[in-house]
Amino acid sequence: MLDITLGQYYPGNSFIHRLDPRTKILATLLLIVAVFLANTAVGYGALCVMVLFIIALSGLPFMLVLKSVKPLLFIIVLTLLLHTLLGQGEHVLYQWKFLKVTEEGVQMGVKMSMRLILLLMISSILTFTTSPIVLTDGIEALLRPFRVIGVPAHELAMMMTIALRFIPTLMEETDRIIKAQTARGADFSSGNLLARAKNMLPILVPLFISAFRRADDLAVAMEARCYRGGEGRTRMHQLAYHAGDAAAFVFAFAMIGLMAFLRWGPNVL
Amino acid sequence: MEPVIEVQGLTHVYIDAENTKVTALDNIDLQIMPGEFVAVIGANGSGKSTLARHLNALLLPSEGHVKIKGMDTMEEDNLWDIRQTVGMVFQNPDNQIVAAIVEEDVAFGPENIGVLPEEIRTRVDDALKAVDMTAYRTHAPHLLSGGQKQRIAIAGTLALGSECIVLDEPTAMLDPKGRKEILSTMLRLNKEKKITVVYITHFMVEAMLADRVVVMSEGKIRFQGTPREVFSRVEELERLGLEAPLAAKVAFELRKSGMKLPKEIITNEELAAAFG
Repeated sequence: MLDITLGQYYPGNSFIHRLDPRTKILATLLLIVAVFLANTAVGYGALCVMVLFIIALSGLPFMLVLKSVKPLLFIIVLTLLLHTLLGQGEHVLYQWKFLKVTEEGVQMGVKMSMRLILLLMISSILTFTTSPIVLTDGIEALLRPFRVIGVPAHELAMMMTIALRFIPTLMEETDRIIKAQTARGADFSSGNLLARAKNMLPILVPLFISAFRRADDLAVAMEARCYRGGEGRTRMHQLAYHAGDAAAFVFAFAMIGLMAFLRWGPNVL
Repeated sequence: MEPVIEVQGLTHVYIDAENTKVTALDNIDLQIMPGEFVAVIGANGSGKSTLARHLNALLLPSEGHVKIKGMDTMEEDNLWDIRQTVGMVFQNPDNQIVAAIVEEDVAFGPENIGVLPEEIRTRVDDALKAVDMTAYRTHAPHLLSGGQKQRIAIAGTLALGSECIVLDEPTAMLDPKGRKEILSTMLRLNKEKKITVVYITHFMVEAMLADRVVVMSEGKIRFQGTPREVFSRVEELERLGLEAPLAAKVAFELRKSGMKLPKEIITNEELAAAFG
């Protein structure tokens, strides 16, 4: 339990790993837009090639990225089935009572599930190649301009930093409390769902009390170290764009351009 | 020379959970000169932690004044200068580390006061070197030992530019090895960097290495002096719920039963030497 890794960061030093976190977040958003623009087989094919290209660049094992699809596998399969079995269209391939498999339905199902798979893979490449701490810096920097409309950029980043710092500590504590309560005869594994949820109470109460105490201590310690919010605060680590970041942006915009062309452009293919 | 810390007639009163008035500090006078290593000892509830929190304006006096290099803690304009001058290290090593990387945590203080990035970098490197933690620069704090975490906290105050460090029972939650690390780090910083140290502890052995020991009880300073002066007053210490070092106690008992021993024995070596 002590050996937990937060998020799913896969350490490395590839071109993708070294990109500025802001670039990675924005490029991910741009590529998501590109995925939504795609509506032809050629478009989806191009996107698949692109994802493979990025994975190759990042040095991540392909299976690792593919596994990120797993949590939503059920929804992907369901999407495929529903579209296939209930789709509307003229070219009926097979019909049984009200179930009708049409060519259009199958196409739609494949497109929709491809879309989900691509979205998952693209966004997980971001979290695989960026440590949560760097990601926090990136989010803070990107949200900073929105402070004028009341987005608490610094506060959000501070909360994320403290959460990242204390999650391991609280995990250790949970472990300790579970052991202490087990030693006192607490039973966490029998009974129905409700009984089990009830049995969690002796863990949660001490954990919450201690978390509040920690929060109080930490607030005092932060104040003692001159913390007074984000106003006038500097950062030791400065984010800086490099040539690679420009290339990444050009690439992401090019993908959007390509998808837009395939969707609305003259039908060349 | 102007004292770094000057406490005049400090009284701290608060209302507790049962709505009764509690006087945590009662008319305290204390002066701490630059470069001094002062240990504050006292039983639980003697007010030593409350005193510590007054020294960097985390608490404000009910009566009296606390002046840090002449700056009164009651004046709000002085707040940030005071907190830069006097750094605090607290008891629980876990609950004072803010960031998930060691060097980011040390940088937290200077970042707060708006130091330029390159300057923060040098300050952080220097501070980590001063507490001998450079090798752990990029580690995650939760993987460090208690003593190492406390050294990070000390580095955090150094990076802020503190001339004086107040440590509030920094070793209470540490193992013997960690205790030794913290004490020797503070002694070294005091000697080499002329950092003024206020070291609050209930380990008498730690207080024995200070320049001056201040004994507190029930919110008052009972007596103070060099470790030798303080720890040879075995009976008075015991009346205040404190235990004198073993050697001092043995010497005291032997003297009481008629043996002729010098009064100022406080260490084991001195006791052994007295027997030739």
